[in-house]
Amino acid sequence: MRMLRFAGVRVLGAIVVLLLITVLTYAVFYLLPANPAQLSCGRPCTPENLRRAAEFMGTDLPWWQQLLEFLRGIVLGRDFGSGAAAVHCAAPCFGYSFQQNASVTELILSRFPVTASIAIGAAVLWLVTGVAGGVASGMRPGSVVDRGVMMVSIAGVSAPVYLVGLLAILLFGFVLRWLPTGGYIPFATDPVQWFAHLLLPWCTLAFTTAAVYARLTRGQMIETLGEDYIRTARAKGLRESRVVVRHGLRNAILPVVTVFGLDLGTLLGGTVIVERVFSMQGLGALLVTGVSVVDLQLVVGFTLFSAFLIIVSNVVIDVVNGVVDPRAKATA
Amino acid sequence: MSTTATTIDLEAVPARKTGARAALRKLLRDRAAAASAVTILLFVLAAACAPWLTGITGQDPYAYHVDLLDGSGVPLGFGGGVSATHWFGVEPLTGRDLFSIVVYGARTSLLIGVAATAVSVVIGVVVGITTGFVGGWYDRIASRGVDVLFGFPVLVFLIALTTIAPSWLPRPLFIVLIIGLFGWPGISRIVRAQVLVLRERSFVAASTAMGAPARHVMAAHVLPNVSATIIVVSTILVPGMIGVEAALSFLGVGVVPPTPSWGRTLGDAIGWVQTDPLYLVFPGLALFIITLAFNVFGDGLRDALDPRGGRR
Repeated sequence: MRMLRFAGVRVLGAIVVLLLITVLTYAVFYLLPANPAQLSCGRPCTPENLRRAAEFMGTDLPWWQQLLEFLRGIVLGRDFGSGAAAVHCAAPCFGYSFQQNASVTELILSRFPVTASIAIGAAVLWLVTGVAGGVASGMRPGSVVDRGVMMVSIAGVSAPVYLVGLLAILLFGFVLRWLPTGGYIPFATDPVQWFAHLLLPWCTLAFTTAAVYARLTRGQMIETLGEDYIRTARAKGLRESRVVVRHGLRNAILPVVTVFGLDLGTLLGGTVIVERVFSMQGLGALLVTGVSVVDLQLVVGFTLFSAFLIIVSNVVIDVVNGVVDPRAKATA
Repeated sequence: MSTTATTIDLEAVPARKTGARAALRKLLRDRAAAASAVTILLFVLAAACAPWLTGITGQDPYAYHVDLLDGSGVPLGFGGGVSATHWFGVEPLTGRDLFSIVVYGARTSLLIGVAATAVSVVIGVVVGITTGFVGGWYDRIASRGVDVLFGFPVLVFLIALTTIAPSWLPRPLFIVLIIGLFGWPGISRIVRAQVLVLRERSFVAASTAMGAPARHVMAAHVLPNVSATIIVVSTILVPGMIGVEAALSFLGVGVVPPTPSWGRTLGDAIGWVQTDPLYLVFPGLALFIITLAFNVFGDGLRDALDPRGGRR
């Protein structure tokens, strides 16, 4: 019962936040520019396109009515334009790209597998290597292992993702010729090629982020291993590996999970860059193209979609955290 | 009896090493931090003296030298055209002097990085101090906002915002403003946590009890006591800001040509990784070294200013 209430409060809070973000984003992108239809009609902007864009967006309506239409579209779907030129945009409708003649939701869904493949693989890799590195150096602070891990990690924190990626392409792609230098092969087409094409993007993204997790885990491990119950466990004659993993890591890992939830946004930003480096046509490429041709509907829809995605995942992580660690509920 | 008391006092006083001078001495003894400080100074110097530095060989980052390229636009000669006049070689396709681009690029990176940090620090400190000190509903709402911003896909928003860049605002200034406006939640959180502790301290309570207005207490008693934290966080924030500018320029939505930018040069280098790898290495190394220097220096600064002392 308490668990349900906790989850309920979190979900309600998230809905309020989502609504606020939608209103703010809408205001910034559609009300600040003098003529959103002009912006949205793209380049080159013919008078015909401009007229269509203005009609589609209903810029003649008062702003609050436009906003309500927009919100209604997200929940129920909406129609753009009228008569023969009308198009239907099914719920959840985040907008309609005139330039690509498709709803933003469809465009996002078509690119989603690419980005998800990059993001999930990279996240697994960085969590595993980061936590392992942090545990190894946190077990013996000041040792050779500790210094080595910390040196690699400050280099990782400082190295820009695109530099690491481009150097990786140079080394493993062109000099050693071990791996392909870019592109994406769907899993269903050829799982081996899918893996080969993703290996460098994963390692690139993981290298720069695992560093942060190694430092965090190290600090947590040093603190946890200094606790009384660790001494007790050792005094009982427990094997060292069991002490470190069961008693140490299990308690040290909770803040790492919290930070991981906060880093999902960074992960999405990282995939945008990695997609560019490895020329993969994922969500990031969709956004960057949308920006360069000034497809306002696409840009706004994408931005909102990513905010929704991150906030929903954070609620999930919060609730999971509440189940795993009863203390988390108390602070909620 | 009295002698023991005096010896204790005498020992107690010099044992306390706090204040700016002691911190500086500690910082200079930290070799990595001192080396980083020198590196940062060198970069700042190079950026400030860019016209004179590039003047030695009579180069600038805008002049084309198509005669130095082969038919497909790849620089002639060793290592991307490295020579006595072009120290880092030349840019593929245009033949512009790469050393000039890197040196002038330092101006772009440092100016935008520091300016955006300043914007973030001002907002973050104001929000952090007021929320921590005032508390109540204001604190709850503002802190929830900070929480949301914290986990946000900031880069996605920044990329999106570049579509509505007003034409009357210079592009670098616009980049500074948007990066700065999204970069403050971290500082705000740290400052707020410290203010919550400070608020309960007797000198703050005394000032309030004597009838000082909240604005005065915050400015005269709270702010000076969080200044050390603000300095450390700002130092660590600068490389982050430089990185975001470079990322935006890398994606082609940041600083526009012909303003030199390390990030944009790296973005251009994607197509030349195989044929001219050094085109990527020079601006890439510059970006990596300055980021590393700021990070190491920030770490050292934190250790030096931490009254508990020593590395943990």
